[in-house]
Amino acid sequence: MAEYETHEFDVIIVGAGGAGLRAAIEARSRGLSTALVCKSLLGKAHTVMAEGGVAAALRNVYDEDSWQVHFRDTMRGGKMLNNWRMAQLHAQESPDRVRELEDWGALFDRTKDGLILQRDFGGHRYARLAHIGDRTGLELIRTLQQKAVADGIEVFMELKVLRLLHDVDGTVSGLVGYWRPSGEFVVFKAKAVVMATGGVGKSWTYTSNSWESTGDGHAMSLWAGADLIDMECVQFHPTGMVWPLSVRGILVTEGVRGDGGVLRNSEGKRFMFDYIPPMFAAETADSEDEGDKWYDDHSAGRRPPELLPRDEVARSINSEVKAGRGSPHGGVFLDIATRRSAEDIRRRLPSMYHQFKELAGVDITAEAMEVGPTCHYIMGGVRVEADTAATTVAGLFAAGEVAGGMHGANRLGGNSLSDLLVFGRRAGIGAAEFATDRSGPVTLDEGQISEAIDGAVAPFQREDGENPYDIQHDLQATMQSLVGIIRTGSELDEAIGKLDDLEDRANRVSLTGGRKYNPGWNLTTDLPSMLSVSRCTTLGAINRKESRGGHTRDDFPKPVAEMGSVNFVQRIKEGGTDGVGGTPSIRTITATPEPIPVMPDDLKELFEEAT
Amino acid sequence: MAEEHETDGAGSEITMRLWRGDETGGEFTDYVMPSVEGEVVLDVIHRVQATKAPDLACRWNCKAGKCGSCSAEINGRPSLMCMTRMDTLPPGETVTVAPMRTFPILRDLVTDVSYNYEVAKRIPPFQPREKTADEVEAGGYRMQQIDVERSQEFRKCIECYLCQDVCHVVRDHEENKTAFAGPRFFARSAELEMHPLDVNDRRELLQQEQGLSKCNITKCCTEVCPEHIKITDNAIIPLKERVVDAKYDPVAWLGRKILNRSKRTPAEAAATSPATGPAAVQPSVAVRGVPSPHHSIEVDSPGTTVISIDETPSA
Repeated sequence: MAEYETHEFDVIIVGAGGAGLRAAIEARSRGLSTALVCKSLLGKAHTVMAEGGVAAALRNVYDEDSWQVHFRDTMRGGKMLNNWRMAQLHAQESPDRVRELEDWGALFDRTKDGLILQRDFGGHRYARLAHIGDRTGLELIRTLQQKAVADGIEVFMELKVLRLLHDVDGTVSGLVGYWRPSGEFVVFKAKAVVMATGGVGKSWTYTSNSWESTGDGHAMSLWAGADLIDMECVQFHPTGMVWPLSVRGILVTEGVRGDGGVLRNSEGKRFMFDYIPPMFAAETADSEDEGDKWYDDHSAGRRPPELLPRDEVARSINSEVKAGRGSPHGGVFLDIATRRSAEDIRRRLPSMYHQFKELAGVDITAEAMEVGPTCHYIMGGVRVEADTAATTVAGLFAAGEVAGGMHGANRLGGNSLSDLLVFGRRAGIGAAEFATDRSGPVTLDEGQISEAIDGAVAPFQREDGENPYDIQHDLQATMQSLVGIIRTGSELDEAIGKLDDLEDRANRVSLTGGRKYNPGWNLTTDLPSMLSVSRCTTLGAINRKESRGGHTRDDFPKPVAEMGSVNFVQRIKEGGTDGVGGTPSIRTITATPEPIPVMPDDLKELFEEAT
Repeated sequence: MAEEHETDGAGSEITMRLWRGDETGGEFTDYVMPSVEGEVVLDVIHRVQATKAPDLACRWNCKAGKCGSCSAEINGRPSLMCMTRMDTLPPGETVTVAPMRTFPILRDLVTDVSYNYEVAKRIPPFQPREKTADEVEAGGYRMQQIDVERSQEFRKCIECYLCQDVCHVVRDHEENKTAFAGPRFFARSAELEMHPLDVNDRRELLQQEQGLSKCNITKCCTEVCPEHIKITDNAIIPLKERVVDAKYDPVAWLGRKILNRSKRTPAEAAATSPATGPAAVQPSVAVRGVPSPHHSIEVDSPGTTVISIDETPSA
């Protein structure tokens, strides 16, 4: 039998980004024994890369702002596919969540009155993003990390979770994983588990995401029987670096455009004026002059089209490049050098200045940046109850990027950091209450544990098999070319076949070296998650025969009204162990259309009042 | 993967000399790789993993200089692998990458940095003053930009621990680790000491348990900081002065009393309770540092203002 160490807690949180840390702080504050498990070192989670800010209607810059306006912006940005209740709670609670960070030591940039300064971002009617230069995510994670440590939360760093464990009745009872430094296995027994594992971007070639974003929480929840929704809705951030190739995909904050930066094609033209969709025409400037006035005073003109929601901007850039009006390295130009003083740029966008200077040899105070779309965020995720963050599996909660519904078909910039604060807290409460009310023994099943461990070590017993890096590379190439920013039916069908092949190949991986800090092994144990989420995205994309938000079909280029009222729910009915490392096979994942929750009339009225 | 990249020149090659081994020992191993335009050291390490040594251990996350995971010693210099471009290294010469020397080796380029997390736990946490009536009404604290910028400089820290690695107090003296916090955590203490809202007093702790006096200001930490934080000038020297003032300077003591900038001792701080902070102090007063009539240190802080610890611009 496999050897492992065992730990027991009331609540275990998987993932130590913003959502996980916030959930842990909340569960701990309710007196429960709480542990945080994370794949990297504490403080390195992907939240650290968030740049532009956290969206909240604080009304420090524009008094006209309110939760209702934020709610409306969020729903329209999400093309109305959002879970309205999540969007409502998010808009209502984010101001308190931001102020609370200040009580815990965060130092946001200030207004002249000494309050938290807010900046403009795409899709937000008013300047709404609380920020610290362009390193807001770092401030957020450091603040939460320091608070969590001070509160005595136990942290298990560099620990990869393989699988959820469950009681006979299906209620979650813990999880099994391994220490990356030693390769030794660990079993956690818990009354409630919160998934806060972030995103899936590492399954695409060009992504702003780190190696950790392999969709572990999405996949583990799916394997445990949870529903996933909207997995076809993947956000390609319009502005990633495109050159040099080795840094292609690294994020260039939307704050560049919020602070006055504009997009130009190879002819020097601000092309975004050619791509204003009817839905946003009434509130978007139709001349450069009008747009420019808006930056200083939002009542002097309408917002420039560079600040349309991300899906619109990313598609427009894609079209310009396809039409042959791109930059030398296949992107477009993002110009702030001719728009703001060098001093302003260095003060407001210090990391961007740094990043381009050191990685691309480009001085953004003097030259334009070359940028293009990069896989950035998945709107889809584990289906949750808005108020409690409870998934469809008893004892399992989800918050942050791994949860679906909040952002609909497209997320607005800045709404991610506020999402993880609002729903991180709610998941902490939900899990704490579930754990407190849970009666009867929590049991661990040896069979489930050894199945996971056996599956994980199997590649060491094979010889002359596949190289995991090759499989990862081919998976990324498949998703990039066939399930990318613009999709079409035949290519999606082709992707299904390729994913089947990749699953077979992943079952033939062989490894050398030991289990001790072995990145080849670590990657091998990430492959089942990557394959599962890639399958979900592809399957969702096949079913959603329309274009909406982050999902664009060349063969169905327009939104279809009936499709706007359904989520494609993905689940695995019967567990199965035919997939990689003893997980359920990706071939058993199904997608079913189910109606989205219906918005109450008082909220519907907000849209009738809108422009 | 390499086939996707443009190689520079006519198939030129680079030799990477990478340390392989664990706590029981190891050796440098050479890997000859095709040269690719625009790459950073971490890219080459990843290509070595993908094509030659799948079990080569290295730590990384963001690959954009924002998370501080991929610290190592490149040609002997503590650096981030993701921010070191290959074309900044001597052309044609072997590139040597070793793990950080100050921390125990786990495997290959990965070290056990838990010492840093242990030190972090021992720093008394942030403890804000109470909000004024005006602030309660406004919904948040009032602080001026110029006052938050001092601490913001230290909050840029990405915790790469290169400063800890290079610091000779622990680099060559393992025994000092139990009584030395290191530059990263002096910067953390400075950040809290200069935080406009914080009321905890960490000066006694810095002197007694964190070995502030062991630092003899060689500025090695500042030199390797990828965030260009002026650790020595803006954090350590002002802290040293505050600690000295706390012990010997009756004028500073009086100043603190007058300004009502009462910092709490570690013992008081340990009994953390939000209610124990001083009652409503005026923001304009609370944001000032402890006055130090004897010293005025002028240093450049990137993109911000001249910082002088007695709050008056010096000549």
